[in-house]
Order: sequence, then C-alpha cells, then structure tokens
Amino acid sequence: MGRGYNTIAFDAARCDGCGDCMTACAGAKTGTQDKTRSRIQIVGDASGGFELALCRQCGDPKCVTVCPAGALTKDGASGVIDWNAAKCVDCLLCTVGCAYAGIALDAGSGHVAKCDMCYESPAGSPACVPACPHGALTYITTSRIYNEVGDWEDLFAPGLAGCQGCNTELLMRHTLRRVGPDTVLATPPGCVPGMGSVGFNGTTGTKIPVFHPLLTNTAAMLAGIKRQYKRVGREVLALAIAGDGGASDVGFQSLSGAAERNEQILFMVVDNEGYMNTGMQRSSCTPYGAWTSTTPVGKGSGGMPSQGKTQDAKNLPLIMVNHRCEYVATASTAYMEDLYDKLDKAIEASKRGFAYLHVYSPCTTGWRFPTDQNMEVARKAVETNFVMLWDYTPGAGLRFTRPVDQPLPVTEYLKAMGRFRHLSPDQISHIQAKVVENLAFVKQMVHRASAPGGET
Amino acid sequence: MEQTKYLVVGSSHAALEAVTAIRMHDAEGSLTLVTRDTLLPYSPTVLPYVVSGRSAPGDVFLRDEQFFAANRVDYRRGAALEALHTGRNAAELADGSEIIYEKVLLATGAAPAIPPIPGLDQVKYHVLRTLDDATRLHAAISQSKHAVVLGAGLVGMHAAENLVKAGASVTIVEMAKQLTDGYFDPTAAQMIEKAFVDNGATILTGSRVVKLAPSAVGATLTLENGKTLEADLLLVATGVKPNMDFLGDSGVAHDRGILVGDSMQTSVANVWAAGDCAQAKSFFSDDKVMNSILPDATEQGRIAGMAMAGDPGLKHYPGGVPLNTYHFFGRHAISVGSSRLTEGAEVVTRFDEASGRYLKAIFKDDRLLGIYGVNEFFDGGVMCQLILRRVDLSAVKQRFLANPLAVGRELMSKLWR
Ligand SMILES: Cc1cc2nc3c(=O)[nH]c(=O)nc-3n(C[C@H](O)[C@H](O)[C@H](O)COP(=O)(O)OP(=O)(O)OC[C@H]3O[C@@H](n4cnc5c(N)ncnc54)[C@H](O)[C@@H]3O)c2cc1C
Ligand code: SF4
Repeated sequence: MGRGYNTIAFDAARCDGCGDCMTACAGAKTGTQDKTRSRIQIVGDASGGFELALCRQCGDPKCVTVCPAGALTKDGASGVIDWNAAKCVDCLLCTVGCAYAGIALDAGSGHVAKCDMCYESPAGSPACVPACPHGALTYITTSRIYNEVGDWEDLFAPGLAGCQGCNTELLMRHTLRRVGPDTVLATPPGCVPGMGSVGFNGTTGTKIPVFHPLLTNTAAMLAGIKRQYKRVGREVLALAIAGDGGASDVGFQSLSGAAERNEQILFMVVDNEGYMNTGMQRSSCTPYGAWTSTTPVGKGSGGMPSQGKTQDAKNLPLIMVNHRCEYVATASTAYMEDLYDKLDKAIEASKRGFAYLHVYSPCTTGWRFPTDQNMEVARKAVETNFVMLWDYTPGAGLRFTRPVDQPLPVTEYLKAMGRFRHLSPDQISHIQAKVVENLAFVKQMVHRASAPGGET
Repeated sequence: MEQTKYLVVGSSHAALEAVTAIRMHDAEGSLTLVTRDTLLPYSPTVLPYVVSGRSAPGDVFLRDEQFFAANRVDYRRGAALEALHTGRNAAELADGSEIIYEKVLLATGAAPAIPPIPGLDQVKYHVLRTLDDATRLHAAISQSKHAVVLGAGLVGMHAAENLVKAGASVTIVEMAKQLTDGYFDPTAAQMIEKAFVDNGATILTGSRVVKLAPSAVGATLTLENGKTLEADLLLVATGVKPNMDFLGDSGVAHDRGILVGDSMQTSVANVWAAGDCAQAKSFFSDDKVMNSILPDATEQGRIAGMAMAGDPGLKHYPGGVPLNTYHFFGRHAISVGSSRLTEGAEVVTRFDEASGRYLKAIFKDDRLLGIYGVNEFFDGGVMCQLILRRVDLSAVKQRFLANPLAVGRELMSKLWR
C-alpha cells in the first residue's frame, strides 16, 4: 500500500506578503536573512494578491527523473525529495524539469536548493509555518491517519447495504477502527443498522458485539451493559452510534438521563438531519427550509405554499454541553484530523464519564447531491459556519477547533444540494441570519470559558 | 524459445522511465530489459563531470540491481540487440539467442557520429558517450599539453573547459559560424567564446579539418585554409547518430532516427521507440526532429511505457521543446524553446554589460516561443509550461521581461499549481 505524507498548505487569502516565512526559511537553511535564498517563495501579483512557489514533493517527480547524477531521490518514508550535495553536478536540469519552480538555483551557494520540509530538524516540522503571523501556512499532518489507520483492523463487514457515497459508512469504519475490538456497540434504528451493522442471516455486520436497542432506550441499555461489564471486571468501551432522530427526538430522554448520571459511555450521533433510513422524514435536527418527505415543497394548503421545514433545527450538542458532560464535541468527516483528535479525547473521557460526539454527516440520498460530493458538502457546511467545529470539557470550557475567520456566504453551502433548491430570498436571509446568530451564541460561550471568573 | 510480454532495449533515461511507466499500470506482465551496457545504468549527461573528476565513476549510477528485482524486471547487461525480426516478433541478441516479445521498446539512444575526414581512422582520438570513454578521457586530460576539440556543441565545450582547467592549450574547431550553434544565439555564443578566449583557449569557428595524419605527439590536423594543428589529445564531438543498425529489414520506418507517432509507436505493430534513437514531432512544427536531450528522452520513455501497457491515463506527446542548461567558467546559460524566428515573431533582448546578464525572449501573438538567459536565472520548467500551454502573456509582458523569475512563478501559481 502507498503512504500518505505531510504537506505544507498555503491560504493565499490570509497572506499579506510580509515575507516572514522566507526569512525563517533562509535563516534555517542558509543562516542568512536573505529572502531570495528561501526555498519557499511568495510572489506578489499585479492586483495585490500573493502567490506561492514551493516544492510539492511530487509522487512522480520530474526533477528526479531528469537528474543525470542520481542526486535527487524520493524518500519513501517521509515523502520528501532529497537532494544529495555530494552527487549533484550543478547541471540545473532539474530546474527545467520541474513545472512548479520547486527547485531553483540558490545564487548564494551556486547550487540548486529545494524545500525538504525541514524533516531532519529537531522539531520535525517546517520552519516557515510557525513563522507566518497570519496563519496563511499550515502544516497538514492528516497523512498520519491514512498511514496509521490503514494498518488497523476494519471491524465492519466488507459489504454493506448503504447508499453509494454514504458518509455514514466512512464514519463507522473509521470509528470502529479507532475504538478497536474491546468495544460493545449499540446501534438504534436508523441508517447504521439499516446498512448492516446488526447483520443479515444470523451473523453480525461488525466484528465486535453489537445490539439493536429501541430508538427510545439506547443510552439506558448501553449504560446498563457497561455497568454489567464493570461488575464482572471487564474493561470495554461502550459505544453508541445513533442517528440524529434517535438522539434528539424520541431517544432524547434516555440520552439526557445517561448524561446526567455521567455514565461511562461514548455516544456518537451521526447527524444527517432527518430520518433518512425510513424515507427522509424531518427530525428536530432538520434545518429550516429543508425539503424532507414530511416537509414537502409544493402548493400547500389553504393558499399557503409549502416551502420545506418551517422551524429551525435544535442544537443538540449545545444542549449536551449544558449537561456538563466529561466531553462534548462537534466534528465533520471533511476534517479527519480534527475528528480523530476528538475521537481520541472522547475515548479517554468515556473512561471517566459521559462523552458525546456529534458528527455532521451529509446524506447523498436525502439531501440530494451527487454521490461523489460528500466531502465537498461537508466542507462547505464548515466553511460557511452553517455548522461549527468545537469541543468542550468542564475544565477548559468551549473552544473552536477549526475557527472560520472569513466564512463563505451560506448560499455556497445551500446551492451544493437539492433539498434547498426551492428557497425564496426571504428564506435564505433567514438562514444566513441564523448562521450569524448561532455563531454569536457559541462565541459567547467560548468567551465565557476564557473570561476571568469563568469556568477554568 | 524465450518469451516476454514487454521487451525494453537499452538501460538509460528513456528505457528506465518506460519501465516505471509499465509497472505503474501493469505490475505483473513479464518484463525483460536487455542492454549493451555491462555497467549499471548511468546517464551520458553526467560524463563531463566524470571527465573533470567531480563525479567518481563508481558513484553515478541511476539504479541498482535491487530496483530491477523489486520491479520484477529480468535485467540483462551486456546483451545487445543485433537484429529485430518484426515478422515473428523476435529480437535477436548479439550472442545469437532470441527473445519473443509481445511489445518491444527501442530505447537504444545514440552514439558519437564520426565525420568522414580522411586520415581520422589513422589517428588516435577520443569520443564521449560511455563511462569507459569518460574514464579514458579523464586519465588523458592531465597528460595533455596541446588538445584539439572537434565540434563546439555542449559536449565539446564541456570537455574543452576541462582541458583548459587542466592546463592544456586548447583549440576548438567548429564548422558553423558560432559556438554552441542550435543551443544559443550569437550574443550568448559571443559571451561563451569570450570566456573561453579569456581563459586561454583558441576558437576556430567557420573552420573545418580536411585531413589528419599520425605525428610524433599524436596527430597533425590540416585545416581547410591550409594551416596545421598538432594535437596530443583529440576529441571528436561533432554530433551523434542514433543506434538503429539492428533495424535491417525489419520494415520499421526510419529517417535520421526511428520515426515515431504521438504515442511513440513506430510504423510496425508492437514496436515503439523513444529517446535519442527516435525521431518525433516538434512542438513548433509538424516536422519530425531529433531532439536528443535528456528531458525529452524521459518524457518519450514514459509515454511509450504507458502506451505499451495500455494505461488509459496516456496523453499524447505534445512535441519536443528544446531545453538546455550549460555552465561555463562559473556562469550559467539556459535556453528553453524555439530559436527559429517564424513569421510575425517578436524578439525582445536585454543585455547588461556590467553584470554580464543577458536575456532574450521570442513571442508570437503574445505567446512565448523561446527564452534564453546567460547569468539570468529563471525557472526553465515554468517557462516550458508557458510555451506548452500557449499562455497569453499580453497583460503581463513588460513585467515578465523585467523579471521572468518572479512573474513566471506568479503565473505558475495562478494557472497550474
Ligand atoms: C557528454 C554528454 C553530455 C550531455 N549533456 C546533456 C545535457 O546537458 N542536457 C541534456 O538534456 N542532454 C545532454 N546529453 C544528451 C542526453 O544524455 C541524452 O539525450 C540521453 O542520455 C538520451 O537517453 P536515451 O535513453 O535515449 O539514450 P542513451 O542515454 O544514449 O542510452 C542508450 C542505451 O541503449 C543501450 N544500447 C544502445 N544500443 C544497444 C543495442 N543495440 N542493444 C542493447 N542496448 C543498446 C545503451 O547501452 C544505453 O543503455 C548529453 C550527452 C552526452 C554524451
Ligand atoms: S543540478 Fe544537481 S540535482 Fe539538479 S539535475 Fe543537476 S545534478 Fe541533479
């Protein structure tokens, strides 16, 4: 299997051309302050924007293939293309081979120079990234997940009955891989058992013990099972993977009760904003304006046209914060690193008490977008602040884990799918206003956590 | 009879890229590589540095046995192709054995072209194409007092500089009116000539040797104008000719090289050719040309490999774009693209005598056709993309000429990063 590698990402919108990254690189690599000798090059354009020239550490690197001296090699472990000074003959052929200006003549040394991601530095991370005062450079280490997780056992059956392009499958496979075999899983009615977790023909769809509680009693049953395991002295993780309907509607009473008793369980909600498994009915998590089979779009009755759901969604994760659980977080599969981070914390927290993870999970069938657009829709939800990624502990309070400083207009999210296609301008204004209001509300809670005298 | 799905002939740039491309798409199909070389793969381009002593001959190899084993390649050194029998898909090797192939790639490169000058076969001379040539020349250089280099292409110029630095008096004889003809324009060539003359070399351009004879020190050369030169070391670097003697009556069409189409296929089924032995289309015209440069050999090799393996990601060969880099006496010259001035072409030059920086760019309809620099660094690979993508530069032309490095990077970042 191939490997994933770390990368340096550049967000041109945040760059103001200060050049601090170049100074840092020149310092780290040449011991000078000479920006022209930096291996990361920021160039201004005529309209005041900034562009980037930096080695991409290609998987199929041209510089390596055209080097006549064998001086360039792709390191299979780090992914970095390494330059060997002793072998290089300064022919510059690599600079004509590379289409990205990733390797260039360093006039100061007379040799070519290229970014090596500072992989041999004690910090093991690039010098340019922390030097950027505007957060325009990020060191993306998500590859860790691909490399590590690929080696963990997939605890879900290879075949299942989910829709093509289903986000929930992704979430289940990742989650089960992470929690590992010492787990008991509860999957109340919804897409998760619907696609096969409880199995067919007398065998389960998971390689761990799984059961199928009622929509109403999932948290209660799981809490009981956890207590019984504790009684017999076995350390297991009690995990629920429930839909938003099962958690926020009929299942809410047992969920709230288990949280209040601080049961040692991890409750994960796959929020696809409706009862998708049974034919796309609305839930209390369905957003305002959305089409579902029970909030249709059409002529309506009594002269009132029907335009999708007329109420706003319930904010279940914030309600869970008010239970002062050991851990509460929101997550998205478009931000896997963030999700894994939260999964790790939630697993730890569940050993002490109640951990709650709310994952925003687009639904290709119910939301009506093409099956290959899952990640794009999930990402747009975050980039517009339609949903926010944060976590909460009683000690540190609430904090954003992926703050979005310059959110896109919410229409960027709405237009990515069919369930909002009918919206009137008024409805769109309503949704945009709600986004602003929700953000302000969460910000207040963040502020409270960090204010003197607040919970610390 | 031995059989293989893929047969690759040669073990240099074109061949190695083809092997990688085949294995990218077909991990299993049997793959045999036969090469005349007895050594591990190395690049002819590194040889000038072996001659100068900068690179140790044992440290220039591009791959090791492990690479071939890991890629399940039956790698056979010292196995030259003698004849290709296309009628029965058979490759006959020098030892008389035969291999039946499903698909064969000819990546046999080129060899020095020896001009038909009377007496040349009577005297000792050097050429530079193999590692053995390079170690021989390296040993000879330190002994030489009077060296003559025939041909002022990049191979000859590189060697001449090494000889100058080793303390020999060096004469370069070139038929064309200027040095490095075909690589650099007269202004750049002038700068190169001046650097050589300043360092004590004698340059005879527009000049030809008509006769050679053995002499006490080595050889006596007679020039067209009747003058004679004495040489204790003679290097013949007058160009290359493709290795294609094995074609015989195979029916594979060839002209100056083996003629190939857009995916490096020859005129005969199951036979491909790539690199210095191939004659492929130019990016700038429909003519088929001998590009004979390393980047093109890798590109052609990759395309041929993909085509042979049936890789659906294959994109047709866009045509060769000349790319050359050249170091001389601490300066560097880069040329990218066409130097031919087609109708309607616009030429812009900038020369700063004090710093010795020279830039020349050729545009047509505000699109870049070629760009040349001496001591003016720009990213050759970015320039090549601007040419291949026919990027409209009308809005940025003045800024581009003032700073091709920064503006090239800006365009790259906007258009294809
Ligand atoms: C001194 C020198 C300097 C150069 N400098 C540059 C430079 O600066 N920039 C640049 O772009 N290019 C340069 N070149 C050209 C560049 O090296 C070639 O374009 C490139 O090597 C072509 O690669 P190839 O794979 O097509 O062929 P080659 O490198 O010529 O390899 C041919 C291979 O085929 C094998 N072979 C030949 N005949 C047979 C046969 N009958 N049977 C089996 N095997 C056979 C050979 O052993 C060899 O392995 C230089 C060349 C030389 C000689
Ligand atoms: S300059 Fe050095 S690294 Fe680049 S191609 Fe030449 S030998 Fe290789």
